[in-house]
Amino acid sequence: MQTLYLLVPLAPLVGAIVAGLFGRYIGTVWSHRITISFVFISFLASLIIFRDVLNGNVFNGTVYTWLVTGDTSFEIGFLIDQLSATMMVVVSLVSLMVHIYTIGYMQGDPGYQRFFSYISLFTFSMMMLVMSNNFLQLFFGWEAVGLVSYLLIGFWYTRPTATYANLKAFLVNRVGDFGFLLGIALVLMHFGTLDYAGVFAQAPDLAGESFEFIPGSSWLVITVICILLFIGAMGKSAQFPLHVWLPDSMEGPTPISALIHAATMVTAGIFMVARMSPLFELSDVALSVVLVAGGITTLFMAFVAVVQNDIKRVVAYSTLSQLGYMTVALGASAYSAAIFHLMTHAFFKAVLFLGAGSVIIAMHHEQNMEKMGGLKKYMPITYWTMFIAALASAGVPGFSGFFSKDAIIEAVAFADIPYAGFAYFCVLATVFVTALYTFRLLFMTFHGKPRMDEHTKSHLHESPWVVTLPLVVLAIPTVGAGWFIGPIVFGDYFENVIYVLPEHAAIEKLAAEFTGIGGMMLHALVTAPFWLSLAGILTAWYLYTIRTDIPAKIKTIFGPVYTILDKKYYIDELYSWLFAGGARALGSGLWKIGDIKLIDGFIVNGSAKLVAGFAVLAKRFQTGYIYHYAFTMIVGIFAILTIWLY
Amino acid sequence: MLFGFPLLSLIIWLPILVGIAILATGGDRNAPLARWIALTGSILGFLIALPLYTGFDPATSAMQFVENHVWFERLNVYYHIGVDGISMPLILLNCFTTPLVVIAGWQIIQERVSQYMGAFLIMSGIVNGVFASMDAVLFYVFWEASLIPMFLIIGIWGGPNRVYAAIKFFLYTLLGSLLMLVAFIYLYQSSGGSFSIIDYHQLPIPLSAQILIFVAFLLAFAVKVPMWPVHTWLPDAHVEAPTGGSVVLAAIMLKLGGYGFLRFSLPIAPDASHYLAEMMIALSLIAVVYIGLVALMQADMKKLIAYSSIAHMGFVTLGLFLFNAYGIEGAMVQMISHGFISGAMFLCVGVLYDRLHSRQIADYGGVVNKMPAFAAFFMLFAMANAGLPGTSGFVGEFMVIMGAVKVNFWYAFLAATTLIFGAAYTLWMYKRVIFGAIASPSVEGLRDLSKREFVLLAILAIAVLWLGVYPFPLTDVMHVTVDNLLDHISNSKL
Repeated sequence: MQTLYLLVPLAPLVGAIVAGLFGRYIGTVWSHRITISFVFISFLASLIIFRDVLNGNVFNGTVYTWLVTGDTSFEIGFLIDQLSATMMVVVSLVSLMVHIYTIGYMQGDPGYQRFFSYISLFTFSMMMLVMSNNFLQLFFGWEAVGLVSYLLIGFWYTRPTATYANLKAFLVNRVGDFGFLLGIALVLMHFGTLDYAGVFAQAPDLAGESFEFIPGSSWLVITVICILLFIGAMGKSAQFPLHVWLPDSMEGPTPISALIHAATMVTAGIFMVARMSPLFELSDVALSVVLVAGGITTLFMAFVAVVQNDIKRVVAYSTLSQLGYMTVALGASAYSAAIFHLMTHAFFKAVLFLGAGSVIIAMHHEQNMEKMGGLKKYMPITYWTMFIAALASAGVPGFSGFFSKDAIIEAVAFADIPYAGFAYFCVLATVFVTALYTFRLLFMTFHGKPRMDEHTKSHLHESPWVVTLPLVVLAIPTVGAGWFIGPIVFGDYFENVIYVLPEHAAIEKLAAEFTGIGGMMLHALVTAPFWLSLAGILTAWYLYTIRTDIPAKIKTIFGPVYTILDKKYYIDELYSWLFAGGARALGSGLWKIGDIKLIDGFIVNGSAKLVAGFAVLAKRFQTGYIYHYAFTMIVGIFAILTIWLY
Repeated sequence: MLFGFPLLSLIIWLPILVGIAILATGGDRNAPLARWIALTGSILGFLIALPLYTGFDPATSAMQFVENHVWFERLNVYYHIGVDGISMPLILLNCFTTPLVVIAGWQIIQERVSQYMGAFLIMSGIVNGVFASMDAVLFYVFWEASLIPMFLIIGIWGGPNRVYAAIKFFLYTLLGSLLMLVAFIYLYQSSGGSFSIIDYHQLPIPLSAQILIFVAFLLAFAVKVPMWPVHTWLPDAHVEAPTGGSVVLAAIMLKLGGYGFLRFSLPIAPDASHYLAEMMIALSLIAVVYIGLVALMQADMKKLIAYSSIAHMGFVTLGLFLFNAYGIEGAMVQMISHGFISGAMFLCVGVLYDRLHSRQIADYGGVVNKMPAFAAFFMLFAMANAGLPGTSGFVGEFMVIMGAVKVNFWYAFLAATTLIFGAAYTLWMYKRVIFGAIASPSVEGLRDLSKREFVLLAILAIAVLWLGVYPFPLTDVMHVTVDNLLDHISNSKL
């Protein structure tokens, strides 16, 4: 079994190396054959491991010692339990599908082999992240997925927007990692180890300990640690205020938007917090921070999605909002619900993204939905799979998204943590907005009259099987993954993995009311989320198929509101002025004034000038002319005599 | 002993002798011969240094491979050399770098080839001597001697403003080290006539004297590192130096300063070190933050990397004055890693400079379209420079940050800003140089790496990745020495 553990990350790594270094020699076909086979091996191994874990075989062990310093040993090792095994299956399945899809999407691209190399490298990094048994390796995987994300957003490197977006993504993530690394440093300092097991075992002992974090104010150690770790999660999982990089990441090719910027990498933050539940549980303050950040992201990013016309941007803002749901669940101590939503979201969002990609291929890389419409009859498979995913996204009973989202909303309602009320309002209101923007996308793209030019229209056709197969395969869990909510969220699936304090037992209260998935669906009919969702769908249907003139009118009436949403609350402008501009101004000032004027101009060259000045002065006395010396001597004697006589 | 020769002496003198032999090949008629002798000699120099690692006993902090002969009997000056876990990795780094700079100058240097190659070989031997010396006079002789080849390299093969840069470099570093000589004379007197560095370690010294000694050493070492605010010679020296000169300067010469702190300041004046630690930490953090911001605004690639060097060396001095194992071992790892990365970064700029004769970022853009292999290497080194885990750049910074948080959270906070600044200045430069559409006809005419350049960068790439993925063998050899040093400096010498 341990060989299999190694195989899961290493197989894609080998694929990445082969395609990356030798892609030029083995050609496009062998590049995708090799990488896909290796990812398939990884997927099979993950399945076997998953079954093994279900049989109760968890594993926690070291692979090799990375470094020993002082009395601490840093190791690379695996922790294989229910949480990591679930993540491994989700990651390898979506990755495999995206690999296959890429054959169709990237056909003829000059960077074909490079692309396969990158996505395999991503799979390796993501696996290292989820399989880690310690904070250090977690950070390794964390930054490595960031690197691949950077490379892939800038994949089409001749586009200025792409290279701007990838730099922005990397730097914003680095801000998160800055907090994350400090959190890890505090963990090491207070626990003396970075191994999860060791840290979690000691966590309760440290619960009451506080230190003077800011001079004069005392903070709980755990609170500071958790907030710092959560800053890392905010970067990676794009939570407000570090969300700004994710919409721009859509500059990358669509397959990676699906894999990295929707289904897997951006959920790393959620995974991390769930993994750290024994720490977060000990700090209500940290949980409140998580709730508020999640709540804001959920609602306000959903609003932005409503006004976007770029099909990928709609899905991107939808991802932000859905990540907000997961974050809120974490803050409400409903970790299992967060992971469950992570899983269902991975499937339905992957379908939405890959479907959007399929549309983009058909539209000859046109992404503006105002130039689409009526695609339903040309692309039935894409349409129906996306329709299913939209139902799941809107939370229609029966589909996977319904179960996970409903569990989150109910759990937040039960939570007693400060600001849970605010978060509850956000997640509830967002149900309507989610249904609205998702079905707005569907109706604008697939229904109504075609708005594209004749040339594009004449070429419209369904995408090849390499594109539609992943859509169909992923549509299956999009429907059915939710049916396992009983054991996964309300059962003992995550026992010994996720730790919840008795006073935070929102999920436990919810579980008491759970009577099976049928009961859950029936119960939904009498609760607000169902009707909000229905209202959203109907609104979208009315506005975008029946009275298509109304949206324009709304836009004119609510001009300022529309502009604020369209400009994404001006946060990008603020950041680029404040942080990018500020750093440049500061750097320029320090350089030109500090280095050039003060240190070099005044001190270094100044002292050189001083020496030179003395030399000039001294030179005057040594001209070589006898009469100068004679004159100096006379003056000197005169001076000495004067002093002598005086 | 290697074939009957004392190993450490061989490591010092072989490159010097080979260097002299190269000088003897004379004018540029014999340039190919000079190149081949230099390459063979430098590779041989690296190979004979390997037994230092394989034969090293990591279980002891005592000096190993020791040789001790009388030099000037009347003054008690000895030819006393040896290595411990601190100096051994640095000697290996130096011997590793020499063949690389020889290869780097293979084609581009067409004038005074024998002098150029000779200077590098001689400098390599001298620097080994600095790291191995256990006698203060011997150390001082090697220390000052190492200035001369570098002065010549910048002054002869440098850019248009080379004379200003060379003299600035020379005066800055010479003035710094003069006070060190005064400190040695004081120590000679108060130790009752010994120049043995190990004797100095045991010598009790009152605090006021310790502080003076510390300051005297500080000037010498701070200039070399360089620490803020005595750093301004470095950007000028780098900009004017030929590629090989920049590589040695960044990879090796700066380490002399860090090594000096470890060998002299900390063990000879431990009480003063503690007393002045906060000042040292403050200067180091200024280097990280201030220089990180300054680097952001550089328009010249070499200047940018020079500033980034200063910021990275800030981690070395920060680590040294945290007085814990994370800090000191982190500083050591950072020095080795910085040797690989800064060397590689300067080589990358050299590759571009050789083609377009410009170091200005604005003259480039879209290089990846024409030089994909180069862009891939440059990406790796840029990421290493930004401290990405999995590359060597991460290890030292990680260890120092872990050490800093133990002393004060806010030290770690400021140090960790390098995660953002380091990425910002490195990747912003990368974006402007490498990415984008082809920016000019001259970029259009670029050709990708030659085989020689490829090999060079590949060797460094392997080194950077190896140290990032598996740094254990490096820290393993320095453990006991560092523990012993920490033990030593925790005891007062008043």
